[in-house]
Amino acid sequence: MRPPRGVPLAYIARNLWVRRVTTALTAGGMALVVYVFATVLMMSEGIRATLVATGQPDNVVVLRKGAGAEINSIVDRRQAAIIETLPGIATGAGGARLVSREPVVLISLPKRGNGKASNVTVRGTSPAGLQLRPQVQVVEGRMFRPGTSEIVAGRAVAAGFDGVGLGQSLRFAGREWLIVGLFDGRHSGFDSEIWGDAEQMLQAFRRGSYSTMVLRLADADGYAAFRDALEDDPRLSLEAKPERVFYAEQSEALATFIRVLGTALSVIFSIGAVVGAMITMFAAVAARTAEIGTLRALGFRRAAVLSAFLGESLLLSALGGVLGLAGASAMQAVDISTTNFSTFAELAFQFVLTPAIAAQSMAFALVMGVVGGFVPAWRAARLGIAESLRAA
Amino acid sequence: MFLLKLLLKNAFRHRLRTGLTLIGLVVAICAFGLLRTIVDAWYAGVEGSSSTRLITRSNISLTFPLPLNYAQRIRAVEGVSGVSWANWFGGIYITERNFFPQFAIDGPTYLALYPEYLLPDAQRNAFFRDRQGAVVGRKLADRFGWKLGDPLPLRGTIYPGTWTFTIRGIYDGVDAKTDENQMFVHWSLVSETLRKRMGSRADYVGVYIVGIDEPNNAAVVSQRIDALFANSLAETLTETEKAFQLAFVSMSETILVAIQAVSLIVIVIIMAVMANTMTMTARERLAEYATLKALGFPPGFVVGLLFGESLLIAALGGVAGVAATHPVAAAFSHAAGTLFPNFHVSELTMALQLVAAAAVGVVAASWPAWRMSRIDIVQGLRHVA
Repeated sequence: MRPPRGVPLAYIARNLWVRRVTTALTAGGMALVVYVFATVLMMSEGIRATLVATGQPDNVVVLRKGAGAEINSIVDRRQAAIIETLPGIATGAGGARLVSREPVVLISLPKRGNGKASNVTVRGTSPAGLQLRPQVQVVEGRMFRPGTSEIVAGRAVAAGFDGVGLGQSLRFAGREWLIVGLFDGRHSGFDSEIWGDAEQMLQAFRRGSYSTMVLRLADADGYAAFRDALEDDPRLSLEAKPERVFYAEQSEALATFIRVLGTALSVIFSIGAVVGAMITMFAAVAARTAEIGTLRALGFRRAAVLSAFLGESLLLSALGGVLGLAGASAMQAVDISTTNFSTFAELAFQFVLTPAIAAQSMAFALVMGVVGGFVPAWRAARLGIAESLRAA
Repeated sequence: MFLLKLLLKNAFRHRLRTGLTLIGLVVAICAFGLLRTIVDAWYAGVEGSSSTRLITRSNISLTFPLPLNYAQRIRAVEGVSGVSWANWFGGIYITERNFFPQFAIDGPTYLALYPEYLLPDAQRNAFFRDRQGAVVGRKLADRFGWKLGDPLPLRGTIYPGTWTFTIRGIYDGVDAKTDENQMFVHWSLVSETLRKRMGSRADYVGVYIVGIDEPNNAAVVSQRIDALFANSLAETLTETEKAFQLAFVSMSETILVAIQAVSLIVIVIIMAVMANTMTMTARERLAEYATLKALGFPPGFVVGLLFGESLLIAALGGVAGVAATHPVAAAFSHAAGTLFPNFHVSELTMALQLVAAAAVGVVAASWPAWRMSRIDIVQGLRHVA
């Protein structure tokens, strides 16, 4: 008779079913670890995705050298006029260059629910600025009219802050600003902003200079040439960044902080879950010593016993992984917001589950299964046939 | 005494299993304590605030400056005992990772309002005399190995250019709550440099710090100050230092709530592991418990045995976890550097860790105990086979 090669999967699975309570508790512990691991990665990815979606591939942001964030930056009128004459800028309808001079400031507003104040980005923009951000669409009301004290608010600002609704007005910088529309920025950072007319904002805030300039290149590959033209001009101590790169940098500090803290926590937590798996598998081996002896007597090899127990542990951890991921994927329906360290302003975002995160989470679960199951499986495989049969 | 011995013998009958459970418990209790300490550290600025200081800022947001001439007008307000001002400097020391707060201050008035920064008179005078001088906190100096007289280059983000300061003083905190991770430079230097370069942004102040003689008057003095500047070009918002710091913390509230949720999840994880251990233990000892019952021990005794064993393991793990938290917290604080200025494990955290351990012990034993108390003697004895 040919010796059987491996223990059937059904046998392994049934063992888990026999000890339902233990299986549920162990898998539950692992599921929680995977849930934490996955949600943290999803949060980090959500911040990144939101800010990357804010930038357009052929847009360029011009800031003061070393400013890092829009609110630290200053571009005065003289510099702005020079930039508009630089070559390589796209022209829009009517032959005007697609350049927007934008003041960006923070205002403090009370959050809905707890009334605690948080900073909201207020951006002064222009018709060109609207053309530069095609992802932004007014969903309720209408766009602000240039030259008036009208503003439009992002979807997330309207949802997250008190007193920001269509037809309501906000008082800041000594004026009443009427909210005439709500816009949707397709899950970009603009959802967390309030927009109004650039020149009106400058007057109200008593500022002589803009914060940044946003422009579209005639040719997406023309960035290097444009940057050189800008940086070689001795009258400008400014720097140009592709909009995508600029916004990706804004996400870096917060996304990295969350990812590092979360991954460290998950690894610490996984020790608990691995211990749980180990206890379970040791108990499984101890309870089935006679069974192992029988399997071996029937001709199953040590390797088959080893892989059977390891398989059981992996199945257990896969169950935990799937449960944890299911819980984490439910988080995609949740909108959250927090202050971005880099901009000092509130940023709303979603948990984003990517295939890579799902794969990482499952891999994490399976590693826990291997680490927790290997020693018990090894012990099971090392049992002598005679002694283990006697254990019955 | 006999009972304790029995519990101990029972608990360590399966050395491996109990050992593993203990490891899990220690890790979980330690992680719980560490997370609570991280949240506490976030609130350190709130804890360190004084009830005799108010902060006046622009009512638009903190990023808008106020004119310098407000200082004189605030000083004249009834109930105000002192006024100083500070600007957030926001410089980078070598790389962004070395973050620490830097303020451009008006030296004499500022230090008078913050008696908790202990600075020897000689160093204080040396700082006042040197326009490029800087004062740093003890922890900050220790972290970067700075000594008096060392040059300190910072790359400005808000104030462009590279600034080189000279360390003229190192302050100590009066108690553990005082933030020793800050750096102070002269506001006058920053302002004059700005005037030379761009004129328009000079003579502006980020926040005013207002000293009041009577903490109970905080609300009324705040109202008087804000009324003074109502309907002006730069309206103000005055609040207590504590409220000001709390507003900062609440900006990161989402992250704090997440950390707190996660610190509870770790307890639930270890509850599942421990409950698993106790369920297995109870299942194995079915026959024993039935024998005890047959000998005439009441059901309550069996229940007591299970709870006692579970609580014993939980207590051992809890105490070891609390003990382990201190070195782990110290290592974490070292690794995180200046991110968390005040990082120490509070008594409340330690108490909560023990409560959490006890809760794990009780919950883990409850289901097996309930089952064991209902076990039929005959059936239990038959389980031997």
